[in-house]
Amino acid sequence: MTVHVTSPSPSLAPPASTVGVIGWLRENLFSSVINSIFTLIGLYLIYRLVPPAINWALFQADWVGTTRDACTSDGACWVFVGVRLKQFLFGFYPSSEYWRVVTAFSLLGVLVAWLLIDRTPKKGLVGAFTIFIYPVIAYYLFYGGAFGLPVVETYKWGGLMLTLILATTGMFFAFPIGIVLALGRRSSMPIAKSISVVFIEFWRGVPLITVLFMSSVMLPMFIPEEMQIDKLLRAMIGIVFFQSAYMAEVVRGGLQAIPRGQSEAAEALGLSYWKCMMFVILPQALKLVIPGIVNTFIALFKDTTLVLIIGLFDLLAVVQTAFADPKWLGFSVEGYVFVASVYWVACFSMSRYSQHLEKKLHTGHAR
Amino acid sequence: MSNSSKKQSWWNNARNRSLFFQVLLVAMLVGFFWFIGSNTLANLEKRGISTGFGFLSLKAGFGILQSLIPFDESNTFGRTFVVGLLNTLLVSALGIIFATIIGFTAGVARLSNNWLIAKLAGIYVEMFRNIPLLLQIFFWYFAVLRALPSPRQSWSTGDIAFLNIRGLYLPEPVLGAHFNLVIWTFVLAIVATLLIRRWARKRQDETGQQFNMWATGLGLIIGLPLLLFFALGAPLSWDIPKLQGFNFQGGMTVIPELTALLVALSVYTGTFIAEVVRSGILSVNSGQTEAASALGLHKSKVLKLVVIPQAMRVIIPQLTSQYLNLVKNSSLATAIGYPDLVAVFAGTTLNQTGQAIEIIAMTMGVYLFISLTISGIMNWYNKKTMLVER
Repeated sequence: MTVHVTSPSPSLAPPASTVGVIGWLRENLFSSVINSIFTLIGLYLIYRLVPPAINWALFQADWVGTTRDACTSDGACWVFVGVRLKQFLFGFYPSSEYWRVVTAFSLLGVLVAWLLIDRTPKKGLVGAFTIFIYPVIAYYLFYGGAFGLPVVETYKWGGLMLTLILATTGMFFAFPIGIVLALGRRSSMPIAKSISVVFIEFWRGVPLITVLFMSSVMLPMFIPEEMQIDKLLRAMIGIVFFQSAYMAEVVRGGLQAIPRGQSEAAEALGLSYWKCMMFVILPQALKLVIPGIVNTFIALFKDTTLVLIIGLFDLLAVVQTAFADPKWLGFSVEGYVFVASVYWVACFSMSRYSQHLEKKLHTGHAR
Repeated sequence: MSNSSKKQSWWNNARNRSLFFQVLLVAMLVGFFWFIGSNTLANLEKRGISTGFGFLSLKAGFGILQSLIPFDESNTFGRTFVVGLLNTLLVSALGIIFATIIGFTAGVARLSNNWLIAKLAGIYVEMFRNIPLLLQIFFWYFAVLRALPSPRQSWSTGDIAFLNIRGLYLPEPVLGAHFNLVIWTFVLAIVATLLIRRWARKRQDETGQQFNMWATGLGLIIGLPLLLFFALGAPLSWDIPKLQGFNFQGGMTVIPELTALLVALSVYTGTFIAEVVRSGILSVNSGQTEAASALGLHKSKVLKLVVIPQAMRVIIPQLTSQYLNLVKNSSLATAIGYPDLVAVFAGTTLNQTGQAIEIIAMTMGVYLFISLTISGIMNWYNKKTMLVER
């Protein structure tokens, strides 16, 4: 008796047109006639836009020099940005005092990095230092008037430094106010609730420009003539109110996401309202909305450019004024590209960070 | 002795506490407004500014670059308010249309199975979303539109439309006799189509018979007015701009300020709308599409009957808030001198009259009114489309 052993014949390799580079191209770029047309249009667009842009910005650009005569080629003239870089960064801050600005921001950078990186010890202590002591240090470093530091009036502040100061102080004050407003909006006390609702909806309903106009034109009317306040401070007040309304809505989103059982359990344990909020609800709610907070910060960071309309010299305003210099006429594109890349790098990395956080925090509550 | 008989001290009573706290809050608020009010009155008196809205009927004495209604120096400050408001509404409406087109295209393109198209859409979104809007407006206005040629060297398409540093010159339609009949037919056709659609749906629900809505609608809305148009002898001519001396005469002019603002607003808001659309489509559970395909629905029906209605529930509220942002952002017009509400009324009129409080209050009031109205409509819509849950 013969035994027939049948073994399956070996599988054929997949057709060459479905694997490897060709397979990938067929599936992702040329899967149908319409897709192929789109791909070709896309390729043509890239061909027309990318090489000229790279040539202009890199290969044909002029990098070194001190006057406009150094710009001889067809490409970008980065000499313009290079010559004016200090002004773009510090505005009209006296150059002998630059170290103060650099120190203040470096310190802030170290503190923030300490708080953001996992596995650094003593986060509570560093956090308290950042919130309570750092602002005082920063104030004296920027403004001076103590410890032998000469006073630098705020009208000399400008450039990237002013942009960062506006954004960080705006955020610093808007955050606690926003939390209080969000709690007020969900409060059971009718008056506290309606005040919060009116405040939030008012500031969210008007454009930032009108808020800045209001702070620069109307605010001086609201206070006694003898206590007139600084233009920068007025703009900051407007920004803080505006921003706190947006922050309140973000925090409210977090508060709404916490199940009722949490506050009921805390109440059953005998915790008071504030203890319940501080130790049970807010820690959970704020953790949920960190990405939202980062997003409002990005929006605020971009919105600080609007202060140029009321005559403050932020980064964009300083660059815009530099175009009017008769020695450097005709380099507006270089200037705009420089400012755009500063903002882009900052905003893009922040939004990537917030996406990373979203993934990291996507535990527990989200099911 | 039981605990309950022990009197609770009055300050530990939750009701008393909340009452006390709210009275304190009201007192603080009243005090604050009293402080502001008395200071304002004192300051106004010191500067000799009279309050009230009487200034609105005074002669303005300045011209406005672009106006949708007739306006010259002899008109009142009140009319500057209307001119500015109309210009704001114009740029907002156009911006919303363009931003929606760009946003939906980019949002869908980002989900395309064409790798290159998806990446290009992604680059567009990430690039323009992260650059401040004001900077983009400046870029289009100062770097792009200022680099255009002078009127004599205009770029033109077939000697009909011209683009130069002074603006975009387009042919203007001149309506002949009875052209309004065509417009009325068009409007009536839209109403009729909507009614027929209702009837067709009802019939389909009852009998299952389908009705070719596409052909009917197309014939009614496009065909009928077109027929009437030619039957009337094509009563429409075009006023084509012509170069006379140093500038163009005739036709419609789109001022560069409007172009720059419109391009920047549409491109910037388009990125946000693209993200809204993408998240809306992604929010529809893939089980829904699979179930619909399993029922044998055609791919286009799956999209139309299953995916889009569910995605819209997510998209519409966020889309509205983007539209609101666009309206509010149109106030950046003042930075390049497009005569919108803020630039004309809160800018020039304020400088001429000095009535800061009234003018800022009116300007803010307009934006507040638009925002609150739209968000009110939105809340109503949300309630209507909310999933009915147990």
